[in-house]
Amino acid sequence: MACIMVIDDSSSMRALVKQTLAGAGHQIVEACDGLEALDKLRLAKVELVLCDVNMPRLDGLGFVRQARALPACKFTPILMLTTEVDPEKKRIAKEAGATGWLVKPFQPAQLLATIGKVLT
Amino acid sequence: MTIDAAISGLLDTFFDESFEGLDRAEAALLQLGDAAGGVSAEVIGDLFRAIHSIKGGAGAFGVDEVTGLAHAMESVLDDVRGGAPATADGTTALLVGVDELRRALDARRAGKPIAAGMHAALIAQLAALREATAAAAVTAVADDAAVAEGSPAWRVRFAPHVELMRCGNDPVRILRELAELGATDVVADTSRVPALAELDATALNLAWTLRLPGTVSRAQLDDVFAWVDGQCELTLEREQAVSKAQAVAAAPAAPPAAAPASVATSGGSLRVGVDKVDLLMNMVGELVITQSMLGELDDDGPLSPDRVGRIREGLSLLARTTRALQESVVRLRSMPVGVVFARLPRIVHDLGRRLGKDIAISLAGESTELDRTVLEKLGDPLVHIVRNSIDHGIETPAERVAAGKPAQGTVTVRAEHRGSTVAIEISDDGRGLDLPRILATAKARGLVAPDAQPHDDDIAKLIFAPGFSTAAQVSEVSGRGVGMDVVWRHIKELRGEVTLDSTPGRGTRTVLSLPLTLAIIEGQLVRLGDQTYVVPLLSILETVEYDSQPRRRWGVGDVIRLRDQIVPVVDLAAQLGIATGARADHRLLMIVEAEGAPIGLVVDELLAQQQVVIKSLETNFGRVDGLAGATILGDGQVAFILDIVALARDVRRTGRTADPASDDLQAA
Repeated sequence: MACIMVIDDSSSMRALVKQTLAGAGHQIVEACDGLEALDKLRLAKVELVLCDVNMPRLDGLGFVRQARALPACKFTPILMLTTEVDPEKKRIAKEAGATGWLVKPFQPAQLLATIGKVLT
Repeated sequence: MTIDAAISGLLDTFFDESFEGLDRAEAALLQLGDAAGGVSAEVIGDLFRAIHSIKGGAGAFGVDEVTGLAHAMESVLDDVRGGAPATADGTTALLVGVDELRRALDARRAGKPIAAGMHAALIAQLAALREATAAAAVTAVADDAAVAEGSPAWRVRFAPHVELMRCGNDPVRILRELAELGATDVVADTSRVPALAELDATALNLAWTLRLPGTVSRAQLDDVFAWVDGQCELTLEREQAVSKAQAVAAAPAAPPAAAPASVATSGGSLRVGVDKVDLLMNMVGELVITQSMLGELDDDGPLSPDRVGRIREGLSLLARTTRALQESVVRLRSMPVGVVFARLPRIVHDLGRRLGKDIAISLAGESTELDRTVLEKLGDPLVHIVRNSIDHGIETPAERVAAGKPAQGTVTVRAEHRGSTVAIEISDDGRGLDLPRILATAKARGLVAPDAQPHDDDIAKLIFAPGFSTAAQVSEVSGRGVGMDVVWRHIKELRGEVTLDSTPGRGTRTVLSLPLTLAIIEGQLVRLGDQTYVVPLLSILETVEYDSQPRRRWGVGDVIRLRDQIVPVVDLAAQLGIATGARADHRLLMIVEAEGAPIGLVVDELLAQQQVVIKSLETNFGRVDGLAGATILGDGQVAFILDIVALARDVRRTGRTADPASDDLQAA
């Protein structure tokens, strides 16, 4: 299965996503903010990134901008995990280079289905 | 797929994290309220994230009762983050929100139901506050009416912008989804594709038209195209439709709430820093090395001086590592007192305002660590003492100025290590204890004789007496019906000490001394028949010869008169059902203090004093009245640790503290 990076400053949220995805056989790389994620992106070959928006140090938008500048991540799907429903914020995320978004809270089945769609 | 079981394990983490977040949010809100406009973006960002994480987590973990409130709070904070002014009303409402979230999460963790809609009023208030500061954006709700069976088919034209793939999107994915919805007549428009020499593989130059059955809803279509909104030209129209609609990607409908996860009972999990665990690992490594070193010396050869020397060396290494290991395990259980202190600024803020007093709080030594169990039980007594300081100690600004003091009063709470204990000192610069009033109250309650003239220190101690409560203490402020006697009892239960001193007009200082850990105590070993028992050293006042003392039968047991005090005697051997082999004229009476009053324990002999590790009887065997636990002595023997407080209560239940007429005893 795929190697998926989960970026969230909430460890319970990371654990929840990890539990869901690991159960489906995916391999998970965790990061607690954008900076750590950028570091880890240099080490691991990641096929999909799930990224929270609000995080300390480097937030989700900043992460997407910097990740898109890395050759290895140019086309890697990056999904924002967000509670935001404001279209304006989604537009900003898109401009930064985000592939799409998952609205929190999500159902495990829904998360897996969405990821299944992106990873093919 | 159900992951309820998996979730319940994570639920505890979520609760821990949320409570930490709420504490941080509270601290930040208090800063926001105090510093007029001078709060850094970082503080506001942290505040926002704390609430935001709770909202996200609550939804994911099925703690839906709090999502609405968290969302309302988050919206207000988002405005503040965007530069809207933080009003005093707003801060207060948010603080109430923090309390409500805490209460709801607490209830949920305890498995209690929470009434739906209980936060409606607060949510409305927060929304109103928002409207007052900024025009609230009205979220358009997508018209997701049920699609009638015979609706006309869709005609879709999808023309991605060239850069669509640069965000990681893939038109193939979208087409596949459309195929699942039943797309037919798919035609690709390749007219924009350039010649091979000019082809840029990262650019997308294709467009598609297709047909979809009329049963597909608009919401389903919006869902498919949601991520590429703004990155494509999209035309969606019904075949005989009157209106052409440029696609507006409505937010995907909020997913139905996850089924409530089964609530794991709080089993008392411990979050421990990795560095502490690493340290333990190191020491276990040392133990393994020492073990193998000693193991090598274990053969049947003669005990040469050289071998004895190496065995000694190994043993001393073992002793050192064991001690270090013990210390780090104790540290593993400890947490900084700052966790408990964090509640205090809020109390000072709220209560001071309510009483019209201007009070600052100063905290020191927050990083001092205490055993987790001690810390959990420290909260209520500490809050009570601080409330007392605010309520009774600190005067109103006018009174203070009249007394030549600064208008603002100060409550100082400080923690520091003192040997094997941690001292928590709570002091204020208020009016000090009103000793005449305390004495009058005590006399009125019958706690001291009407004609008694006790020393000032003894008067001060009266506020810890059970049943002592001045009128103001049962007021709304000191609330809870917790008197200082409960503080005294709680601290004593933790094997701690309470001392109090007060200077009229200058202030009051209360010091709580607490043991660093509850798992290891200093014990006095005593012999009773052929058994060894442990008495906590701290509770022992003195030991006297028993059989030479005049004693008197009183109720179900004996009492003796020791100096001016009547001391009830507990015959441990009888109480514990042990045949004592000691001669009846050589027994000792150990005077111990329990809950402020002495009792005497009859023992056969005093043995060594040593540190003992408490092993729980409840987990290894079962609860036994009068025993606090057990320990294993150096020779492998099991010794029980006496529960002095329980023994004392038992004595009181049988009525031997009801002051026997002293004349009667003197006659004995």
